[in-house]
Amino acid sequence: MSERQFYIDPSRCIGCNACVAACAECDTHRGVSMIHLETIQRGDSVQTAPVICMHCDEPACAAVCPADAIKRTPDGVVQSSLKPRCIGCTNCVFACPFGVPKYDAAIDQMMKCDMCYDRTSIGKKPMCATVCPSRALMYGTPEEIAAQRHGTPINEFIFGGRTIRTKVNLMVPQGTKRLEVNPGTMIRKSDLLNQARVR
Amino acid sequence: MDKALQDDFPIDWEQDGFVSRREFFKFMTLASGGLAIGSVGLAAWSSALRGERRFEPIRIARLDEVPTGTALGFGYPRPSDLCILVHHKDGTLSAFSRRCTHLSCPVDYQAQTERLFCPCHNGAFSSKDGSVLQGPPPAPLPRVLIENRDGELWAVGVVH
Repeated sequence: MSERQFYIDPSRCIGCNACVAACAECDTHRGVSMIHLETIQRGDSVQTAPVICMHCDEPACAAVCPADAIKRTPDGVVQSSLKPRCIGCTNCVFACPFGVPKYDAAIDQMMKCDMCYDRTSIGKKPMCATVCPSRALMYGTPEEIAAQRHGTPINEFIFGGRTIRTKVNLMVPQGTKRLEVNPGTMIRKSDLLNQARVR
Repeated sequence: MDKALQDDFPIDWEQDGFVSRREFFKFMTLASGGLAIGSVGLAAWSSALRGERRFEPIRIARLDEVPTGTALGFGYPRPSDLCILVHHKDGTLSAFSRRCTHLSCPVDYQAQTERLFCPCHNGAFSSKDGSVLQGPPPAPLPRVLIENRDGELWAVGVVH
């Protein structure tokens, strides 16, 4: 059986906030939730999407850190900033293409999702994946995903011509190979409505 | 990302030589503790070497081969450990290590003044008891114990 991986399926998210509450229970950042539960387009839709760290192959957050505070463990998990090093500059917050790192002003330090390292490093599921009722957040093997879902997991994203590969997978409609994100090509319902009004 | 920059500031945890404050102080405490214990041990070891030590006896010479007012060089306990036997004018005998306690130059017997003189830095020792008479030597000469066995002189031990 293959190694277990993390899958995010935003289309299954029901916005229940269970993952947000569970995340705050994680021992590596007790009491503080690292999950962003985003509303996609509040005016048009009730759709929500959970955002956790994607754990990039080339983490932009670590690359821009002037204090050398963000490190990746051998299993590919990008950790929260090292407390003795982080200077609270928030470079990582602006650099991350997924908008994951959080700056905590109270402790003047960046904190982010570390895939519940205290749990996943010993074979347990991350907190959020254990509580998600619709399994929008799922921690399992590729075989399980292939058997249970219609979508395709991808871990390749193109942001403005730059390809980023991640440890965490995103479920997308079947047949999709990669996700290309360009501001100009984004289609939003409100944009279409605005275009119609102008005409 | 710039390769030189990546080498200096690696993203991967294992390549990063991060030393935490706690690890640093742990190392410093253990190292200084080790040095302190080591110094006490060295002091104890060197003081254990003080006092009288017996070695394998070695025949030096017949008594009548050393007239009064002269001295004879010999090696004890090893042949390379230079020593000097002095036959005083009053007929008594004494023997000392020949190495000056200052910088290990060999000392010479001076019969007129009855002293052992080191020519390197004008140090001088009493030829009777080895005590320092002048110059830079910090300690008296180690004394060699001798025995008269039927007219033959034997070295039997060293007193530091």
